[in-house]
Amino acid sequence: MTTNPDPHFACGSNFHLTRRALLKGTGMTGLTWLTPLAELLALEAEVAPKGKPAHSVIFLWLAGGPSQLDTFDPQPNSKIGGGVRAIDTAISGLHFASGLEQTASIMQDVSLIRSMVSKEGDHERGFYNIKTGYRPIPNLTHPAIGSIICHELPNAKIEIPTHVSILPDRWPARGGFLGAEYDAFQIGDPAEPIPDVQPISGVDGLERRIADLQVIEHAFARGRRPDLDQAKTLHQVTMQKAQRIMSSDQLKAFDVSKVPTADRAVYGDTPFGRGCLAAVRLIEAGVRCVEVTLNGWDTHANNAEGQAKQVAILDAAYASLIRDLKRRGLLDHTIVLCGGEFGRTPKINLLEGRDHWPSGFSMLVAGGGFAGGRVIGETDSTGEKEAPADPVHVEDLHATVQHLLGIDSSKEIMTSIGRPIALSDGNVIHKLEM
Amino acid sequence: MKFFSSSRSWPTWLRHSILLAIVIGSAAIELRSLLSLPVAVQSQPILKALPNEEDIRNTARIVDTAFEAAWNQNNIQPASRADTLTIVRRLSLALTGSIPSLQEIRELEMHPEDERVAWWFTHLLVDRRSSNYLAERLARVYVGTEDGPFIVYRRRRLVEWLSDELYANQPYDQIVRSLIDAQGIWTTNPESNFISVTVEPDKGPSEAKLATRVSRAFLGVQMDCVQCHDGKLDSNWKQQDFHQLAAFFGQSGFALTGLCDDPKDKYEFRYLRQKEEKIIGAVVPWQPELLPEHGAPRQRLAKWVTARDNKPFARTFVNRLWALMLNRPLVLPIDEIPLNGPFPPGLEILADDFSSHGYDVQRLIRVIVATRVFQLRSDSTDPNKLLTTEAEQQWAAFPMTRLRPDQMAGSVIQAASLNTLDAETHVIFRLKRSIDVNNFVQRYGDVGEDEFGNQSGTITQRLLLMNGNMISNNIGTDVLTTAAARISLLAPDSSTAIETAYLAVLTRRPSTMEAEYFSAKLAKTQENKTRSIAMSDIYWSLLNSTEFSWNH
Repeated sequence: MTTNPDPHFACGSNFHLTRRALLKGTGMTGLTWLTPLAELLALEAEVAPKGKPAHSVIFLWLAGGPSQLDTFDPQPNSKIGGGVRAIDTAISGLHFASGLEQTASIMQDVSLIRSMVSKEGDHERGFYNIKTGYRPIPNLTHPAIGSIICHELPNAKIEIPTHVSILPDRWPARGGFLGAEYDAFQIGDPAEPIPDVQPISGVDGLERRIADLQVIEHAFARGRRPDLDQAKTLHQVTMQKAQRIMSSDQLKAFDVSKVPTADRAVYGDTPFGRGCLAAVRLIEAGVRCVEVTLNGWDTHANNAEGQAKQVAILDAAYASLIRDLKRRGLLDHTIVLCGGEFGRTPKINLLEGRDHWPSGFSMLVAGGGFAGGRVIGETDSTGEKEAPADPVHVEDLHATVQHLLGIDSSKEIMTSIGRPIALSDGNVIHKLEM
Repeated sequence: MKFFSSSRSWPTWLRHSILLAIVIGSAAIELRSLLSLPVAVQSQPILKALPNEEDIRNTARIVDTAFEAAWNQNNIQPASRADTLTIVRRLSLALTGSIPSLQEIRELEMHPEDERVAWWFTHLLVDRRSSNYLAERLARVYVGTEDGPFIVYRRRRLVEWLSDELYANQPYDQIVRSLIDAQGIWTTNPESNFISVTVEPDKGPSEAKLATRVSRAFLGVQMDCVQCHDGKLDSNWKQQDFHQLAAFFGQSGFALTGLCDDPKDKYEFRYLRQKEEKIIGAVVPWQPELLPEHGAPRQRLAKWVTARDNKPFARTFVNRLWALMLNRPLVLPIDEIPLNGPFPPGLEILADDFSSHGYDVQRLIRVIVATRVFQLRSDSTDPNKLLTTEAEQQWAAFPMTRLRPDQMAGSVIQAASLNTLDAETHVIFRLKRSIDVNNFVQRYGDVGEDEFGNQSGTITQRLLLMNGNMISNNIGTDVLTTAAARISLLAPDSSTAIETAYLAVLTRRPSTMEAEYFSAKLAKTQENKTRSIAMSDIYWSLLNSTEFSWNH
């Protein structure tokens, strides 16, 4: 199947200032979304995984490249171990590096891939690869998987953005050839106010300004196609959606300051911890995809110390997120991925650091149809072999996530360069399915 | 001051320095001169005919004839000619990434109507902003937007070098030869960054990445899709074609003197279904007779790529420059031009003119600007005969395209300053502009190398334009820092104030209806404060209009 990535928007021809009018406009927009949604529902019946498909995803990106040897694939007492101490986990025979005690205790709900492989050893290219499932090519940007999900599984009910990036690194998720409307909405530390949603002139001032704007829009529209806005510029559409967001009660999902102190504390008093807490609340509010980034894993020097510092932040946040999703009944339909763009070398360099290693790194997968308690792949305990046993390619992980969401990853989208490109060209890893 | 309180992320010393500069540099009498035409302003000498002007016009006429034949054949009625200020805005966005300032518009309008476009063009060509901006756009094609390997790569140095070359109007074939055959250290020989950006850890420059760049950026063919095996995506290229091109970079490496070639090195590759790697010979994919027999591989490749009879080279740059000027290439995808046609109207004429005039980039820009297509309206003057999508597709109307993030940021900042922000601007203001643009683009979202996608706006972008810091900082009521407040305070009457705001933001005068509506709004205000707020409202609405966000 080949489709064009046209946005499925429609709206009235004039600006509407009242909430009622806005909701009316929303209804109209929703109607136009029904057709592709109905198509998707029909499609789901053909390709659905076992059980009910997932419908939301959380990506926890560990930016910089976490060391698999200091986290989920320790090799204690070996020449490549770097002095790491291993601990038991909830799965017999599975060991983690010390510092991950909380995560170790929930591994019955989580599976581990120890054999992720990529061909990209550079941060930017590696991130592009892990976020899109494709290697970078000139003149075309592939969509991040969150954008694909929002494109394929639109949710007309939600007023706030359905694709959110919390604490984005330099490369937040982008819509690529699907269109910039599928870019992730970026926010920083959820302790801070959400950017740009408060009208700078107050509500009255905004209405006054939009009334003025209509005069300018009217002048520009003369002599132009009447469907210019709906078919091309989406100016009024985005203006209306922006106003919906600005006045939406669902914005509260971003705000973690009202969460009881004890509930916040378990995530750790860190921006990443608060980001994970906000991610759970956003998923509960109906957001399709949230990515939260934890930077600081690029330990070319003093690896052990640097990794341990990040592990402490990750452990509390990750374990709390999984527990919280499960407690709220969200884990069954929410996929959670946690990992970096690559791992780190078995060899420790002269600065006591580890360098980039895309040939066998770790990824945690949980929820949304992923089985818990399984381990895929194995790396070489001597560090001499480059390829791990049972390698999992980045694109295969993407195909699997899409499969669990009921998305046909073989579906092709016609791109602006005139070429159809499949949502993913990987293969589903069925042994990770529940 | 609100301006500074909302810029709390800036260092104190910077805020204080800016304040000092503003106080010293802002003479109200100078600002007042911008609010009405009669006040004399310093201007460049009125333009006399540019060299080869008639020759340029003749070439443009030949291009026009080709397009007109296509319109007639398809029974398409083209749009009428756009007004001068609209053309000036397009030129400014294409060459500097920003709308013209009010100061520039005032200077422009001192010249006779029929000389204004040419004067404006000359004004921009000698403006360093143009070469800087074009260099950045071309650098995206040559090395992408990635930071690259820090130890051996300095993107900024490459962009500066490109800017110098373009400013000096060095022949384009010479620029490209310098890139492909670069030698030396990436800091002192900036062109070598074209090669060093592809360096992979422990491996040196990537032959495959360089073959991809060369084929796409300079030859307009996508050979990299057959990198792994033949027949991918119905490509006519063979895997062998790609790797034989890559082999020209097989000797590239680094020594103490920086990038150099080592004749002992060879490019080795294992083809699909072959058991072993083998040495791949350097072979060009077409017209082997143009390849010099002697010389280092990269030197030979550089000469072959830029050979006068290697027409894909000229076509590729014409297609790229056309896209930079009109925001859409003649051939899509921009880097997949058929070797043997068919070609769209204009392409062969412009390519032949480009190669036969020594690959003169400035001349090519002048020819494109002189074409009828560049000067067409994007709308219809007859409400009963609206332009069709097909008319726009066939270049019978100027294509409407959304401003790129950097253009949007540059234009918001320029609109908020009545004076031109250029190389003559005080370094503190330029620093502030640079910081503001970077922050804005980061939040607005950079399009990277995918510059000519048909992008509409996003929610994040809309919210940023409605409520973001850059907007609130630039439309506030602080008379020292925002154009809106200065216009409100200094304009002699409401009508002048409205006209000034329209010129500063939309590069046009208001229609009668707009003038009446906004003048009445301003006239209702009695005190300076409420007048200032009303002007701030108008500025917000102008900046949030479709017209501001789109190149038309």
